[in-house]
Amino acid sequence: MARIFSYIVHRGGIVDDSAAELAAVARRIDPAGPPTAIVTGWGADLDAVCNSLLSPYGEVWKVANESLAYPNAELVRQTLVKVLPPNPILLVPHDHFGIDLSAGLSIKLNAAFVSDVLGIDGIDGDSLRMVRQEFGGQVSAHVRCDISSGAVINVRPGAFKPEQVTPISSVVIDKSSAVGPLTARRRYLETIVAEAGDVDITRHNVLVSIGRGMQEKDKVFLAEELAEVLGAAVSCSRPVVDAKWMEKSRQVGSSGKTVKPKVYLACGISGAFQHLAGIKGNPFLIAINKNPKAPIFQVADVGVVDDVLEFLPELTNKAREMRGVAAK
Amino acid sequence: MEILVCMRRVPDTSENEIELNVAGNDIERDELVYSVNEADNYAVEEALQIRDRVGGNVTVVTVGGEDDEEVLRRELAMGANQAVLISDEEFSGSDGRGIATILKDFVQRGNYDLVLTGVQADDGAAQVGGMLAAMLDYPFASLVNSITVDGEKLKVSREIEGGNRELNEIDLPCVLSIQTGINEPRYVGMRGIRQVASVPISLLGASDLGVEKTAVGEVAAKVRRLDYFVPAPSKGAEMLHGRREENAHKVLELIAARGGLK
Repeated sequence: MARIFSYIVHRGGIVDDSAAELAAVARRIDPAGPPTAIVTGWGADLDAVCNSLLSPYGEVWKVANESLAYPNAELVRQTLVKVLPPNPILLVPHDHFGIDLSAGLSIKLNAAFVSDVLGIDGIDGDSLRMVRQEFGGQVSAHVRCDISSGAVINVRPGAFKPEQVTPISSVVIDKSSAVGPLTARRRYLETIVAEAGDVDITRHNVLVSIGRGMQEKDKVFLAEELAEVLGAAVSCSRPVVDAKWMEKSRQVGSSGKTVKPKVYLACGISGAFQHLAGIKGNPFLIAINKNPKAPIFQVADVGVVDDVLEFLPELTNKAREMRGVAAK
Repeated sequence: MEILVCMRRVPDTSENEIELNVAGNDIERDELVYSVNEADNYAVEEALQIRDRVGGNVTVVTVGGEDDEEVLRRELAMGANQAVLISDEEFSGSDGRGIATILKDFVQRGNYDLVLTGVQADDGAAQVGGMLAAMLDYPFASLVNSITVDGEKLKVSREIEGGNRELNEIDLPCVLSIQTGINEPRYVGMRGIRQVASVPISLLGASDLGVEKTAVGEVAAKVRRLDYFVPAPSKGAEMLHGRREENAHKVLELIAARGGLK
């Protein structure tokens, strides 16, 4: 069985949740061998991360290099090529960093690459079976990967639950000397923080959230009218921002805002995992979508199969009636 | 600037409900509406805008079959200078690495300063751009949501968490994978497509590119999809099956019970 490594994402000395999730994936692939963590970075933060990782990882490989103070994937890729043994299995979170790093890394390692994995289905010799999704989550697929020359596997954040494991005696091994000077033809300059919008959707208890099912910009007012009578704010999914119907500050999801409302009304939103990743605090989720197979219905509490362009005006009218009655 | 955009024709998920076929081994492909992969269309628009600012040419290329001519022609109508269809029976069953290998051989025949792909296609793998860059030994950036040309370099921002952006400087030649929303792709009507109906599309095969046959196709694929399936539904939503007015009333009661509709 090839040795399994996890690439550890960390920020400000704090280990990302994905580290424990990747350890669970490693144990699904190989229950016998404790996995090895690889941590790259620089300074006191790096030591804090290495020491907090010891369980459930058997070994923590620490790579300290001033060039890795910011995780530029171009530099991390070179680093991993120098540090990893032949034919490794490397697990990486499928986030903006994993998307940047892993496909190219698999080429440099001459290893297989499997992206955005959400299930481990079994291993038979050099053949690892996994579960992925395609077509925006509308269907799933079993894929088989030949791991005989190693594999880089990007794992969907949140898809695996961390396991309770008994602490094992583990050790930090400094691999920094294997790396040497690093240069890249892509240089990190700065992080540009998102602009605050006119409405702070993270502070609302009720969100009327709209997706591609709204069809066009001229229909957004249907959601705004409903939000007004409900005392809610209008948020949205990525396609609405891409189409410039609403500002980026209204977007819920991994590349937008994380919200914690009490009620989330998903209107014409299919339910891509990147969108769901931005909905926290287990709100009461009501989904309206004309496609009965939309993935949003898998996670919603209540569902209505209907065209939002017809259903929202009905809701608004009814809500106005109810408020009118309540006022008397 | 010589710009290449690698693109794909895919089932349009905004137009189709994707379902399994009767045998359960594939999706039902009859009557699917196909279109340009959404992120690829943004990549083409970005290439056209860069060309219009700094000069040069935009070439669009796809690895596929004759059905894919329609999307190449659509991107010609948008304003691409040339279109290339790479097609060969040898390529059938290629995984992402195989497709990247074919594109690598094509890129090396040309003189491109900038290679763009969409960040991901219908399989959500987001892999070909990064693989292509590694094979060419070009620098790479993914999830790119703005590009500024600065001499022999580009300034590109990448989409990271929380709506923040990571600003990078990258040397040319390079490969970038383009995120949706980077621009507003121009509209292409039937009239525009008719106007480019007679523009020739170059057709290239494995031998034209010198593709190593052992590096592509089903034999070379390290990763293979075995089947499609629909997972057994989890608890799922309680579906409301009433008339529209009844459903609306029920939804409002539920919202009111949780503090909305004050």
